[in-house]
Amino acid sequence: MTAEQIIFLIVALFTLGSALMVVTTGNLVHAALWLVSTLFGVAVIYALLNAGFIAVVQVVVYIGAIAILFIFAVMLTRKDLRDQGPQMNSNWWLGAILAVLVFAGLAFMLQGWSGFSKTAAVLPSGFDAVGLLGEQLTSPNAYVLPFEVASVLLLAALVGAVYVAFNKK
Amino acid sequence: MIPLSWYLILAAALFSIGLFGVLVRRNAVAILLGVELMLNAVNINLVSFWRYADVSAMTGQVFAIIVFAVAAAEVSVGLALVISVYRSRNTVIANDLNLMKW
Repeated sequence: MTAEQIIFLIVALFTLGSALMVVTTGNLVHAALWLVSTLFGVAVIYALLNAGFIAVVQVVVYIGAIAILFIFAVMLTRKDLRDQGPQMNSNWWLGAILAVLVFAGLAFMLQGWSGFSKTAAVLPSGFDAVGLLGEQLTSPNAYVLPFEVASVLLLAALVGAVYVAFNKK
Repeated sequence: MIPLSWYLILAAALFSIGLFGVLVRRNAVAILLGVELMLNAVNINLVSFWRYADVSAMTGQVFAIIVFAVAAAEVSVGLALVISVYRSRNTVIANDLNLMKW
């Protein structure tokens, strides 16, 4: 077992453990903080995949913006957190069975796929992933249209969020 | 080297945990937390397929960026809806929001 594999296993266990805490812990502020540690583990996974830019964007956008937004929302809807009622449905076992079935189905399907245990090719020397990504995102022959649609979507979401949450008295 | 299967199994497990959260949590904010876990699982798949296929085709990373944008839009509108519902109904428990249920 190489050092890379040991690092991967540690990070994967940390990520999955934090994700389990997100869905099972009763206190919502703790759940949001466990989400932060899950997202950080995923950022390390991106770094292991040589996708440095995606890892940085994960930390900046997910941890810096989305997780903080969750903590704000938890605190704005705080009154419900103090009640001692159950945080899960009465038929939570049905959800657990369904989740296990989905995982088993995905694992079974992946196992039958020929490229399942493929190993990565060595990156070519001087490979500039960030530059290539920027070119692809702004080139008319590549992904400029999805890029622009995503920016319009963000603008619409911004206006919509302000309109929906605005206190009209 | 790490085989592709490890990343795919990790992403499948993360997706299933997120699905469990979406199905069983009662609080609407906690349901959105589960959705975030599922989106992250998808992103791990996209980036690992980029790395293990032709690295000069950046499709996987480009779509990971698009998923980031969609996740930000989804969570901002979703949390605005939750806050708006909390203002008018004074609850964020998904079971109690049955105004349109016949």
